[in-house]
Amino acid sequence: MHTAILFVELGGVILALGVLGAFALRVGISPIPLYLIAGLAFGTGGILPLATSEDFISVGAELGVILLLLTLGLEYNADELVTSLRGNFRGGLVDLVLNAAPGAVAALLLGWGPVAAIAMAGVTYATSSGITAKVLSDLGWIGNRETPVVLSLLVFEDLTMAVYLPILTAVLAGVSFFGGAVTVAIALATVSVVLLVALRYGRVIEAFVSSPNSEVLLLKVVGLALLVAGLAQKLQVSAAVGAFLVGIALSGELAEDARALLSPIRDLFAAVFFVFFGLQTDPAAIWPVAGLAALLALVSMITKLATGAYAARRAGIAREGRVRAGIALIPRGEFNIVIAGLAVAAGAHPDLGPLAAAYVLILAAFGPLAARLVQPLIAAVARRA
Amino acid sequence: MEVEQTALPGIGLRHEFVTQAGRRIGVVSHRTGRRDLIVYDRLDPDRACEAIKLNDEESDALAELLGAPRIVQRLNALHREVEGLVSEQLPIAPGTPYAGRPMGDARVRTRTGTSIVAVVRAGQVIASPGPEFVLAAGDVVVVVGSSEGTEAVAEIMANG
Repeated sequence: MHTAILFVELGGVILALGVLGAFALRVGISPIPLYLIAGLAFGTGGILPLATSEDFISVGAELGVILLLLTLGLEYNADELVTSLRGNFRGGLVDLVLNAAPGAVAALLLGWGPVAAIAMAGVTYATSSGITAKVLSDLGWIGNRETPVVLSLLVFEDLTMAVYLPILTAVLAGVSFFGGAVTVAIALATVSVVLLVALRYGRVIEAFVSSPNSEVLLLKVVGLALLVAGLAQKLQVSAAVGAFLVGIALSGELAEDARALLSPIRDLFAAVFFVFFGLQTDPAAIWPVAGLAALLALVSMITKLATGAYAARRAGIAREGRVRAGIALIPRGEFNIVIAGLAVAAGAHPDLGPLAAAYVLILAAFGPLAARLVQPLIAAVARRA
Repeated sequence: MEVEQTALPGIGLRHEFVTQAGRRIGVVSHRTGRRDLIVYDRLDPDRACEAIKLNDEESDALAELLGAPRIVQRLNALHREVEGLVSEQLPIAPGTPYAGRPMGDARVRTRTGTSIVAVVRAGQVIASPGPEFVLAAGDVVVVVGSSEGTEAVAEIMANG
């Protein structure tokens, strides 16, 4: 009987997500804000609260995070990461400082304390590489000359996350300063060792994982990612980072094949992850923080525009391209929710979850829209001049 | 001319250059094998105003269309450098002795000291064909040698 209800609930949720996804596709927006809204509707205080499937969805959500980060890592290879880091270090630092500040300052002004400030800094910092990559390809911006600047900022952010997430995990666990320093040292050492191994011995790992049979390849890659994610969690480095590093270590044709195989599973569990975050958030709690979220979204839109403009200018891009680079960086999505999810799970301030949800809702929806509208605007300004 | 190469993390590579007339064009090579031919905007120099998706076959076809006339140009340039060297393009007419026979049968190099450097067939250039290459009516044979040598080849191709 229990299983029957579980299936009915899960089926209903996933089917609803499919319908929402189809709608998002038709309107030309990212489905992420719609998934979050669905989660709100199915959660406590929502229209159709779920009774039995929350446990499954919570495990599914964890898997979703791991698969999101694994496929993100598969897109990059270690050489690219190192080159991007060298070439755009200054732009990456400006990005970090300008965009972590709004969240951190907001948390401190609200009196949520330093731990929440660190979490909120992450929430406003990271651009959604998933949504931005989609915007770039949908709008035909891949050939644009400012695009490498945008992509290398995304790479920088993703690598920063590999260091930031362990720090956040340690801080949220409330470890002492010394314990925190040890965790961070372990995290940094792990990241460097994995990068080094990937650069030097990537072939050995690939030879082990590689298989002409797609079933074997899928099982090996997922197994390795989960294993490393679990070990990383044990070392308090954060499971997500472990999976990300496995993705980076694999490259070339193998990574391409693995990504194609994993995409459908990732899409399923990533959608479950966004729903889960919505489930945990009480829709009634969103209204009081909506104004604040809008203000935060506005401020961090301006800081991302400034970041894009600065980095593009350094790369010798003209005025129009600088605006496009900034606009492309606006969308927030998976990482921001991952960070907020960690903070919520560790028992952060009750308003943090709803604020992050509203913030991501606004920017995940508005970012791609702004990108779509900016080109006609640039053209109109150019015609006047 | 300088071709600029830029890495696109997660996507592939981009090559671009500015033409003599001042237009910027480029090619984005995706890891998946797809190629995009990019034409940049005149007014907004960083914007790809046209991005044409090409699959493997299409990019090969485009490369050959752009490359084929260049072979003849390069040969002409070669003549200026080497005194007395001539290149000729000799069409193989239907009904001539070597239409449908392997090129090696004509023993062009032994008999005339001239080399067949390429065969142009249906707009495609087959560079350095071997003796087993079978000529067909409608092919154009590109030969390089002295002027007497190339005339002799024309005679061989026409009358055996």
